[in-house]
Amino acid sequence: MTTVITVPPSLDDVSFEQVLDRVATLAPDDKILVDARHARWASPYGLIALLTLAQTRETRPALTPPEAEETGSYWSRTGFFQFAEELYDIHGSLPRTRPATESNVLLEITAVAKSGDVHDVVDRIQQRAQHILARELNIDAQVSVRFIMTLSEVCQNVVEHAGRGGWVAVQTYRWRHRLGGRRVVQIAVCDAGIGFRRSLESTPGRVATDRWDDGMALEEAVIRGVSRFRDRGRGQGLAGARNFLGKWAGKLSVRSGTARIAIVPSWDDDVPLREGLAPFPGSQVQITIPERVAGATGETGGTGA
Amino acid sequence: MIRHIDLSTVLRRTVCELYSNLVTRSTGAAVRTEIEQLLAGSSEPTLTVIDFTHVGLLDYSCADEVVAKLLLRYSTGTPPADAYFVFRGMRDGHLDAIEAALARYGLALVLERPDGHHLVGEVGDDEQRAWDAVCRLGGADAATIAESLGADPPAAERLLDGLTERRLLMRLDRQYVTLGDTLGHAP
Repeated sequence: MTTVITVPPSLDDVSFEQVLDRVATLAPDDKILVDARHARWASPYGLIALLTLAQTRETRPALTPPEAEETGSYWSRTGFFQFAEELYDIHGSLPRTRPATESNVLLEITAVAKSGDVHDVVDRIQQRAQHILARELNIDAQVSVRFIMTLSEVCQNVVEHAGRGGWVAVQTYRWRHRLGGRRVVQIAVCDAGIGFRRSLESTPGRVATDRWDDGMALEEAVIRGVSRFRDRGRGQGLAGARNFLGKWAGKLSVRSGTARIAIVPSWDDDVPLREGLAPFPGSQVQITIPERVAGATGETGGTGA
Repeated sequence: MIRHIDLSTVLRRTVCELYSNLVTRSTGAAVRTEIEQLLAGSSEPTLTVIDFTHVGLLDYSCADEVVAKLLLRYSTGTPPADAYFVFRGMRDGHLDAIEAALARYGLALVLERPDGHHLVGEVGDDEQRAWDAVCRLGGADAATIAESLGADPPAAERLLDGLTERRLLMRLDRQYVTLGDTLGHAP
């Protein structure tokens, strides 16, 4: 029997939890059909999380693409179907890609599995990002460099820790309701690898503690910069990203296993730590950087620490 | 002996002909290993200019491998060679990553800029004053530097030896000289 999993009309990191809640009730080898017919919008996180979901299934899942031509065309432009075809049985015809007059896709969905992939990601985004970030988000060249450094480090986490490949995507868009309709740039990096808890458990000589779960593993790695490697130089990637996002009022959220931690800026009302979520392998990272507006605060709110 | 190492050339030769960015830990480790091989086998003190001029982006992990671990190897314990480094062509974006990496280990380096040489990284106030005095004097013995600092000579000598051990000054016989002066006097 095939279970239909309905994709919410607006698919992002929050609404993707509805998908996971539904999948969590199934056995790993149950056949699923991911029904995206009524999807109208998806964030980069939503799109690559759908690819990651397929990786976690023991029986090849099926997917029905969005019915709305504009939505399907957009998903095509992001490169979603190029990877989806490898992971899903596609029901129905694939949408055509309509040429975009102005693309807000800074980086199409890109597979990340080895060091050379990170070089490719950095090369490609360098060619496009600086102009778009400066024009649309008032982010100057110096900050663009830090943005790309952050992207590089987050991608490296997949290469170094996940144990299997993942995906990255970067996109700018305008929020309709939040932040007074400001533009944002979002980076999403997802993998279905071993996740933070198992990665830290592999640390040589690690002493087990009474409280040890996905939430604590995320606090250790994201807030305290702990790595499974004993090397003092490790853990700088996420620390550097946190530092950059703190200065730029950006938001970082990392989901792994059954928990999700967030560095929450003052403009957002997310909670620092969510636990007891539906289990999902690997780690899923989202970074949001808002457009710079004169007089806007750069304060960062709470963390999970 | 003075060497010049263009990092973008080392990157292209050791990792990939097409790369211009120093990103990823494995890339950094490959570049550092190549630098160490270039420095190996020298029995006399060497001053090496590590040139970032043609490097695009440098991320935190690569800065840790290329800069921090290179300095760590030659400034602590028993160094494999008597090697000193001047860093050239670093832009602000490079420095962000490098300062974060140096802070983790308490390291510092000598940076060449158009207006002269500067210390970057973890440097105490006394160390900075002593280093500035050596720059001002253009090289001098410990007693002269101590007098310039208004310091006790043995204490000044300990400070200067510490800077030498950290590869931020060179000691030639009884004279302490800056790496910038050594470069400037090179034939």
